[in-house]
Amino acid sequence: MVLKVEIEEPRCVAAGHCVTAAPEVFDQRETDGVVVLLDAAPPPGAYAHVREAALLCPAAAILLRERDGSA
Amino acid sequence: MNGVLVVGASAAGLATAQALRARGYRGPVRLVGEEPHPPYDRPPLSKQVLSGAWGTERTVLRAPADLAALGIELLPGRRAVALDTGAREITLADGERLRYDDLVLATGLTPRRLPAFDGPAGVHTLRTLEDARRLRADLRTARRLAVIGAGVLGCEIAATARTLGLEVTLIDPAPLPMADRLGPPVARLLAGLHRDHGITLLTGTKAEAPVTDGGGRITGVLTSQGPVAADALVLAVGSVPATGWLHGSGLTLDDGVLCDARCRAAAHVWAVGDVARWWHEGQGRALRLENRSHATESALAVAGNILGADRPHRPVPYFWTDQHGVRIQVFGDPAAGDRLRVTEGDPATRTFAAVAETAGRPVGVVGWNSPHGVRGARALLTPP
Repeated sequence: MVLKVEIEEPRCVAAGHCVTAAPEVFDQRETDGVVVLLDAAPPPGAYAHVREAALLCPAAAILLRERDGSA
Repeated sequence: MNGVLVVGASAAGLATAQALRARGYRGPVRLVGEEPHPPYDRPPLSKQVLSGAWGTERTVLRAPADLAALGIELLPGRRAVALDTGAREITLADGERLRYDDLVLATGLTPRRLPAFDGPAGVHTLRTLEDARRLRADLRTARRLAVIGAGVLGCEIAATARTLGLEVTLIDPAPLPMADRLGPPVARLLAGLHRDHGITLLTGTKAEAPVTDGGGRITGVLTSQGPVAADALVLAVGSVPATGWLHGSGLTLDDGVLCDARCRAAAHVWAVGDVARWWHEGQGRALRLENRSHATESALAVAGNILGADRPHRPVPYFWTDQHGVRIQVFGDPAAGDRLRVTEGDPATRTFAAVAETAGRPVGVVGWNSPHGVRGARALLTPP
């Protein structure tokens, strides 16, 4: 299973939940707080945090694509 | 195995179903929704959808095919009318009964109406996609809009209507808009923002009755400050938890479904989102939160607890609002503070963050166009 992360930036409301849940994968722009994706293909160790971030996002701006295959 | 039955197919219900799958739950998950649509997001309705910047399809949170891929069965256009906790089943309006192992109540809110304003054409409330479509259609031909209620929703609708070029009057009996959410100092800035953008803000004003023409269409509002002309009117005077169908179920209904610290209302019955009033251990009181973030946060908590996490739900409340190009972000309860300490920027430059304190203890954080300034707010407001 390989997890790819995509963000739909125009939806982002800069709540910062994703940075709290998965700081290794998400950051916020200094100026407007909009999400910055640090790692679109995070290591499997980060998957749980990334899934949590996607669920928590109040704007549904984080999309996860899961594909079979080795990481 | 009957699995988990979620009643309410909006943000909180959907997030519960998704979180169950994300946490590895393999039993049946059914999502019963009164509305005919796939789950959609409500915050854009008063902003992007009302302005026309977004088509309604952009509000969809999960398409039916995505739900099917997750093994979540969506039952749209189905209304629950009764709950039997002993038999562990609910009854739908069409008479069908659905059994559950665990039930999640996620029925949300119904807009409050003012009886005096029932009847005339051109009077709106805003909660659903259809409400937004109807209001937008009216705003395209109206010249003057009156909004009754200067809470988050009323303020957002007023601001959006201004961008569409309408003359807007915002009416509220309180002395300041959103003061119960922001505290007076920031609410004063908000009042100034609305006035700077050409909104007629009538605070300390009671809306008394509609004025209509011969055809029964709204032409204005009688208020305690005199008449206000309007071709369309929005009632944004709060909402009530949608719990009517639960009367007689044995659950305790008290401005929402009363729950314990784990958002459990009874054995195998849970509540999430706007409809849940649960015991917040960190605050030592029962709390009900009407905001988008809490829909997902409570959903994650309940999904975990259904699967045995046995963890109290103690979030730091958070909401945001966008008005006239300003994003206001609020953590905790700034209105509970007796002192406001600016921590970044300057209110005079309209970019700042501030901490509300009571007896030197932080109780809330407000950011005004300052997402950077509210970083760390959660940690600041989480008791050790």
